This record gives sequence, C-alpha cells and structure tokens, in this order.
Amino acid sequence: MTWEVVIGLEVHAELTTRTKMFCGCPTTFGASPNTQTCPICLGMPGTLPVINRRAIEFGVRTALAFNCRINTACRFARKHYYYPDMPKNFQISQYEEPLAEDGWLEIDVQGGTKRIGIQRLHMEEDVGKLIHDGTLETAPSSRVDFNRAGVPLMETVSKPELRSPEEAAAYLRAFRSVLMYLGVCDGNMEEGSMRCDANISLRRPGATELGTKVEIKNLNSFRNAQRALEFEVKRQAQALEAGEKIVQETRLFDADKGYTRSMRSKEYAHDYRYFPEPDLVPLKLEGAFVDGIRAALPELARAQQQRFVAQYGLPAYDAGILTQSRALAGYYEAAVSALAPGGSTASPASAKAVANWIMSELLRVVPGDDERAIAESPVPPAHLAGLIALIDDGTISGKIAKDVFEKMVRSREDARTIVQREGLTQVADTGAIAAIVDQVIAANPKAIADFKAGKTAAAKSLVGQVMKATQGKANPAIVNTLIEEKLAKV
Amino acid sequence: MIERKDVEHVARLARLALSAAEIEKMREQLNGILAYIEKLNALATDDVEPTSHAVPMVNVMRDDAPGPCLPRDEALANAPDRAGEFFRVPRIIED
Ligand SMILES: [Zn+2]
Repeated sequence: MTWEVVIGLEVHAELTTRTKMFCGCPTTFGASPNTQTCPICLGMPGTLPVINRRAIEFGVRTALAFNCRINTACRFARKHYYYPDMPKNFQISQYEEPLAEDGWLEIDVQGGTKRIGIQRLHMEEDVGKLIHDGTLETAPSSRVDFNRAGVPLMETVSKPELRSPEEAAAYLRAFRSVLMYLGVCDGNMEEGSMRCDANISLRRPGATELGTKVEIKNLNSFRNAQRALEFEVKRQAQALEAGEKIVQETRLFDADKGYTRSMRSKEYAHDYRYFPEPDLVPLKLEGAFVDGIRAALPELARAQQQRFVAQYGLPAYDAGILTQSRALAGYYEAAVSALAPGGSTASPASAKAVANWIMSELLRVVPGDDERAIAESPVPPAHLAGLIALIDDGTISGKIAKDVFEKMVRSREDARTIVQREGLTQVADTGAIAAIVDQVIAANPKAIADFKAGKTAAAKSLVGQVMKATQGKANPAIVNTLIEEKLAKV
Repeated sequence: MIERKDVEHVARLARLALSAAEIEKMREQLNGILAYIEKLNALATDDVEPTSHAVPMVNVMRDDAPGPCLPRDEALANAPDRAGEFFRVPRIIED
C-alpha cells in the first residue's frame, strides 16, 4: 500500500541581536550561568518589557525574504504554561496577529525546485536552559540557567506541503541559508540557535482530508530531522496497515536510539489561555520602516547561484557550493575580480579556476559555511588570485602550485614570496629541459623499446620522469613537446 | 455558567490548591464577574474595533543597546533553592 506523506515544519531561530527581546541583557552564548539576567527577564513583579527594535527589523527582513505579507496590525500575547525554564510562567509570544503571514520558500527537490508555503512568522522570547541531574524522568532536581531566557526567538511555520523526509531536510537547508544570508541568525543547530519541530501525517494518495498528525520535537540537525521523519513514516504506515488508529500526540526523537517515543501527557498541557500582552502596545509596521528594510535586502543564495552560472559560466554544482554562505560567495567574487586587471571582466577560464581551487583546496582548510573562519582564512582571496596568476603566466606549474598553497596556509604569505624564496619557478628554458630529456631517454632503453612496440603509455612515463628529475619545475607543455619530438626520431 | 469542574480546571492550570469551600466561593464570584461583563452585550459595538490597550500608542521600541545585568548572587538571592551558579528546581516530571 502506498501513502502520501504530509509534513509541516516549525522552526525556531534565535536572532543575533546584541540584547534580549524585551530587556537590555546581552545574548552572548556560553556566558557564565545566570550572569545575563535582570529583573525583567527574571519575571520580577512590577517590571515592564520594551520591544527590541532590531529584533523586529530582523523579523521583517526574514518575512520579506520569505515573500510574506507584513501585518500592519501586529500584537504580542501571553502564552501561559508552567515549566521551570520559564521564569514568568507565561511566554510573551504572538497569537492572532503575528508579524507576517502567507509567504513561500523555494527548495531543491529531485529534478527541480518546489515552493513551500509559509503560513506565519512571529516573534517571541526564548526560555532558560535546564540541566537535569540524570535523565528528565529520574532527576530528583534540575538546575536552571536563565541567560537564554528572553533571547529573541522567531518562529516560522510552514504549510503542510512537504511530501517526504528528504523535502523536509531540503526545506531546513534552504531556510538556514536564507537566515544566514540575511545575517539574522547564526544557524548553529548544535548550539540550539535553530531548532525544529515537525508535524507529520499519512494519507491515501488523492485524499483531500489530512490524516491524524503527530508532532515530533527535538530535531536538532538536518540529519536527525530526516531520520526522525523516516522512522515516523514507517511507524505510521505499519500502524495504519495493521488497522490501528494514529494517536494525536507529541513524540520525542531519540537520536542515539534512532526512534521517536511518546512524550508523557503531563509534559504538555495544551491550554495556553492566550490574551493580548497588556504591557506592550501594538506594532503598526508599515511605510518607511518596512520599505527601508526591503530596500536593504541582500542578494540571497539562490539568486546568487543563478547569477554565478550566468555571469561566470560556472556549472550549477560549483555555484551551489560557492553560495553555501555569503562569506564564501564574497570570497569567490573577490578572488575572481582580483584576477581581472583594472576592473575588466575575468575570463571564464580564470573564473572556473578560482572555483576549482576553492572547492578542492580552500574548503579542506576552511569550513565553507563558517563566516568567521572564511573572513580569517589563512589564504585571503587576493593571495589565492595571486597563486592562480602565477600558474596562468607560466611561473609555476599546477603541481607546484598545490605545494605552494599548503605553504601559504601555514605561513599566511602570498604565493610570489614563497615561490621566489624557495626557487620554485618553473623551468621554461627549452635548452635546459632538452638536456634532461636526453638523459632520461638514454637511461630508459626499455621505455623506448615499448614505445616502438606501440605502447604509447611509455611516453607518459618518460614525461613523468623528466618532471621528477626537475622536481616538478619543468614546464609540462615544453616537456611534452620535446619528448614527442625525440621519440619521433628514435 | 461557570461550573465546579471549570473552576477545578482553571485552578489546576494556575497551580492553585483550592478546598471544596473555596471552589464553591470562586464559582459564585466568577459567575458574578461574567454576569457583569455580560452587560456589555447590551451596547451596540458592531462598529467598534476590538481594543487591547486603553492608550492610543503604537510602535514603542528601544535600541538594541546592552544595559546592566544583575550580579549572579543578586539574581539568585530570592530563589527558594540554588545549586552553585544555578537556580535549583524540584523534580519536573510527576509520576
Ligand atoms: Zn534581562
């Protein structure tokens, strides 16, 4: 029996503002426990929250990038529940009047792209962090760090338009890319800067009603999200095929054991008694505020990828890798323009050469999605361009260039400095190379015999030996020509 | 009409332990409040926008600029229990 999978995702993203959503406490990750709190974020009686303008700007920026409608009537609401990570016993969130609604995000799917609807995007505050002495179920007590309580959180809910665990993972990748390009979230899933919950149900293909959905919490990486959903598809399909009913419930994914398990009902009581937050007056987001943010939107990864293909003649695959972060794409363009003299356009060959060097060498040294590591790369774009220029003008061979690159990584020097100091300049002196070619031919009668017997591969081995004798410094094109000439005569 | 079970439900959500007598008292008082609010239905409010705030203000925001935090010992001072640098809370999951 076949089933259609229906998945919707809720992503919570911590915004990279300097301060919390409603107070001036800093948001530095990893600060000593309970040192970034104040009476407001500890929920002391009599304190009043004030909205962080930058958090709202980040929300609007993201909503516009997701093609959402910005609601002119936008209000905060109190969401009531008890959990020890939340000091006020209510969370300031948004309910009926979220920041934005009705957008979409384009994702990569098998053989093309697909638009996934965004239902809503709203702002809220994060909760503190619990450390259990043992497992949650057995801990006699837990410790609480409220540094994170009150950090701006943006919740984005997709429409239930994802049709497989792979599509869900693709959505998360595209989502993270947009947030990181916008500079509103660091995208670090291990540190919890981006967290995901999924709703999943199964139904018969062609059915119009949705099946009973299950919510899965605790999906803290692309891989775990996909694994949890794959497990849940199997579990639900087996249950349905056995004639069982799916129970609407919340399940937790256990990444170590690879399965989802039902959360005890007491962990969740869905009776939040939302009402408008009396301490915050509404937001009316329109006009210059929104227009200014729209005008400053950066080019996003997908648009940049398409432009790299069109402008530099790169394969889509290369362009995809180079646009995994705004920093890497910026690195690429800086290196390419450094290779184009005086503001001219770089040749497709050098544009491709830069892409190759980044993909095969630089990314071994620097993680492509780590903005800071790229900014601090031991080989800056100008140095990579300098290295490629030395290959292009015949100063060094491609093989030597790889060694020079390694040395550049270690010493942070530019290519020319290393090449000159270490005498790595390619030998382009035909006379000098011819002498070595003669020696190699004289020393290899067997290779000559093989060649005469029709084994053309013997010529290659001779070229290799000449390169070896010159420590790779001979110009390979000259060596090839000379070997061909000599062999033609023997 | 607020019934006894509604009071019990709301009390549980608010973590209030009420005696039987208190539940009955709350039930009467809550019904009294609702009856009072019902009076509003006598007014024609079809053309009135729902209001969440009595002050005619919007867009009150602050700059993203850090302010002072509490020293940790002060932050922890009123806590019923602490464990070193942390607040300590009793067992979370009840059996
Ligand atoms: Zn604070």
